[in-house]
Amino acid sequence: MIDRKFIGYEFAPAIAEVEKGRLRFFAKATGNADPIYFDEEAARAAGYKSLPVPPTFFFCLEMERDNPMDFLELLGVDLGRVLHGEQSFVYHAPVCAGDHVTFRSRISDIYDKKGGALEFIVMETEGRNQDGLHVVDMRRSIVVRNA
Amino acid sequence: MKDIRTAMEGETVGSIVADPITRHVLALYCGASGDHNPIHVDIDFAKAAGMPDVFAHGMLSMAFLGRLVTVLAPQSALRSFGTRFASITALGSEITCTAKLLSRFEEAGESRARLELIATDQNKDIKLLGEAVVALPN
Repeated sequence: MIDRKFIGYEFAPAIAEVEKGRLRFFAKATGNADPIYFDEEAARAAGYKSLPVPPTFFFCLEMERDNPMDFLELLGVDLGRVLHGEQSFVYHAPVCAGDHVTFRSRISDIYDKKGGALEFIVMETEGRNQDGLHVVDMRRSIVVRNA
Repeated sequence: MKDIRTAMEGETVGSIVADPITRHVLALYCGASGDHNPIHVDIDFAKAAGMPDVFAHGMLSMAFLGRLVTVLAPQSALRSFGTRFASITALGSEITCTAKLLSRFEEAGESRARLELIATDQNKDIKLLGEAVVALPN
């Protein structure tokens, strides 16, 4: 069982730079044919200052830090036993290539179901851009298969 | 695709079918997303973890749903987006994403629409179930 003392644990802030090349690669890997996600002129014509970060890419940006699985090591959880349970985003302002986002994450809950056969780790993350503007909130729930 | 400003509540407003999820697709997504969890690309790791084979990142199908949402409304109009990963998406799956208009409402001084989002595989098994809220143009 994961020690419940980690509820409330805050991770060190991590800064991610939004890079055009990565956004283009992400658009290709996800089959996104909308040119605003890979053609800067199309993005500008649509009103963005550069390629916009697509809806789920904030999750990827948060994983830019040196060891994105560090929370599993902290909690003593085996990477091979985790599944993604839920993911949500609340968007407050657009983010585009060239921006820098600082993410602050905390473990907001740890609980179990089925008599401990499944445990859930909930992480909440706030993202702010280089001007300190609150741009995104994320919440992810990780399922640990103990049985 | 239907116009979410005029569609009826409960109506399906759009759908897309993503390319089948091959090992190559998972390798590309691993690199592009920065999610390097080997369980999605390394069959030896997956088997050692008790899985029959590698399986898709849930976030890959969520990105497919994101594609559908940003066809229905521009990226800058997206207010929130969340999904539950209902079951593991197997290699070879062909994911269909469908959006239904749940409601239109006023919030924070703007008109908004709430969409129900579902990702199913070729066997109609539900893989992701979620919602998005988008702002509607005046």
